[in-house]
Amino acid sequence: MSKSEFYGAGFPYREVGNLPGKLIVLEGSDGVGRSTQTQLLRKWLEDEGFAVSDTGLRRSEMTQQGIEEARKGHTLSRITMSLFYATDFADRLENQIIPALQAGFVVLSDRYFYSIMARDIVRGANPEWARKLYGFALKPDIIFYLKANVTDLVTRLIHGRGLNYWEAGMDISPSDNLFDSFIDYQSKMISLFDQFATEYNFVTVNAGRPVMDVFGDLQNHIREFLEDQQPVIDEDF
Amino acid sequence: MLRKNTTPGKLIIVEGIDGSGKSTQIDLLYKWLQSKGKTVYFSEWNSSALVKSTTKRAKKGKLFTPTTFSLLQCTDFADRWENRIFPLLKAGVIVLADRYAFTAFGRDVARGVDREWVRNLYSFAMQPDIALYFRVPLDVAVDRITSARAKLKYYEAGMDLDLSESRVESFKLFQERIMNEYDRMVTEFNLTVIDGNLTVQAQQRLVREIVKQELEGWQGLPMPESSPYGPVKSETHHGKGNA
Repeated sequence: MSKSEFYGAGFPYREVGNLPGKLIVLEGSDGVGRSTQTQLLRKWLEDEGFAVSDTGLRRSEMTQQGIEEARKGHTLSRITMSLFYATDFADRLENQIIPALQAGFVVLSDRYFYSIMARDIVRGANPEWARKLYGFALKPDIIFYLKANVTDLVTRLIHGRGLNYWEAGMDISPSDNLFDSFIDYQSKMISLFDQFATEYNFVTVNAGRPVMDVFGDLQNHIREFLEDQQPVIDEDF
Repeated sequence: MLRKNTTPGKLIIVEGIDGSGKSTQIDLLYKWLQSKGKTVYFSEWNSSALVKSTTKRAKKGKLFTPTTFSLLQCTDFADRWENRIFPLLKAGVIVLADRYAFTAFGRDVARGVDREWVRNLYSFAMQPDIALYFRVPLDVAVDRITSARAKLKYYEAGMDLDLSESRVESFKLFQERIMNEYDRMVTEFNLTVIDGNLTVQAQQRLVREIVKQELEGWQGLPMPESSPYGPVKSETHHGKGNA
C-alpha cells in the first residue's frame, strides 16, 4: 500500500488516497523496444498472478480521434500540441491509471509524461512551463529508461517499421530527408532523457542488447520492489 | 503575472460571468472600431476548429474532469493564440477577445484546480492592453441567463461539481465562486471594472473612452484605401454561449 505522491499540486479537488497497485513506466526513444518489453512484462506478471493494465500515449477515449486528425493535417502548432497531449495524458491518468491502481492492478505505462515533455522542449517549449504543467502527474513506483544510441535505433527501425515523419522530427527539421532529421532529432531527445534520468530517478537499462537480456534486467528490478507481494503459488498439477 | 505585450498590436479583452453583458459591449466596440477605419480582429472563447470535435465528444459523454476541462480549453486558446491572435498582434492589428485567460482562472479554480497551476498554463499569453471586467450582481446575471435559455447545459451549470441537484441552484453557486475569483483578479491583473448595472449605452460610452485613450497617437496596421479582401476575417461571428 503506497501513499500517492504527485510532482506538483496533483488533483486538489479529489482525494486519491493510498494506491495498492503499482505503476511501472517504460521510457526511452522511438524504436527502442518499449512495446515488446511491455508485452513480455504483461505476460510474465499475469503468470505470476497479478492483474495487469497497460496504457500508452494517445489512447485516451476523449482525445484520441482529435489528436489523430490534427496529426494527419500537420496543423498543430507547438504550444497547442503540448497541451493536446497533456489533455490525453491527464485523461488517462485520472480515468484509467489511478482507478486501476486503486483496484490493486499493476499498471504498465508505455511512456509517461517525460517523453511528451522531451518532445515539447526539443520543439522550443519553455522547460519550466512544461515541468509545472505536469504538476498533476502521479509519481510512478519505478521508471525504466531503455537507453540505446542513435545508430541502434536507426538499425532497428529500418529493419522494422521504417522511419516516420514525427519520429524523425520532420515538423521542425531544416533537413531535406528523414534520415538526417531522425539522427538530429533523436540525439536531442536522448540528451534530454539523460538529463531527466537524474532529475526523475530513472532506472537506466542498456537496451542495445538482445530482447531477453533486457527483459531479464527489468524482471530483476521488478521482483525487488514487488517482493512484499507474495506471488501466487504456481505448481504443475 | 502575464508577460507584457511587446507587439505593435493592441489587445483588448472583456471578462465577466455569464449574463454580465460583456458580449454585447465587445460587439458594439468591434463595430465602432471598424467604422473608424481600424483593422480589428475578433476572437471568441472556445471557438477553435481543431479541438471542437473533442470538446463535443467530451461534453456529450460527460468525460471531463476539472483538469482535462482546463487543459482542453487551454489547447483551444493556444490554437487561437499561435495561429491568429499573436501573429495578428505582431502585424499591428487590434485584437478583441470575448473572454481570455481570466475566464480559465475563474472557472477552472471554481472547479477546484490549483490557482498557480492554471496561471502557469496560460503564461505563454500576454497581459492585455485593456482588460474590462463587467461586474453585475449575481442575481441579475442569473436572471438574464435563466430567462433567456430553455435549459442550462450540464457543464455550464457546473453540474459536474455536485453542488446541487437543481441546475439553476448549481449554476448560481458555480457563478458565485467564479465571481469571487474575478474579484481577486482585479488587482492581480489590473482589470478595469465596469458597472454592469449601467445602461448598455452608458457602459459603451465608458468603454469607448478607455479605448480611445489607449489608441491615442497609436499607429497600427494601416487599412488599405480599398481592400479587395474586405475586412480581416474573424473566427466566429458572435454566436451566443461559449461555456
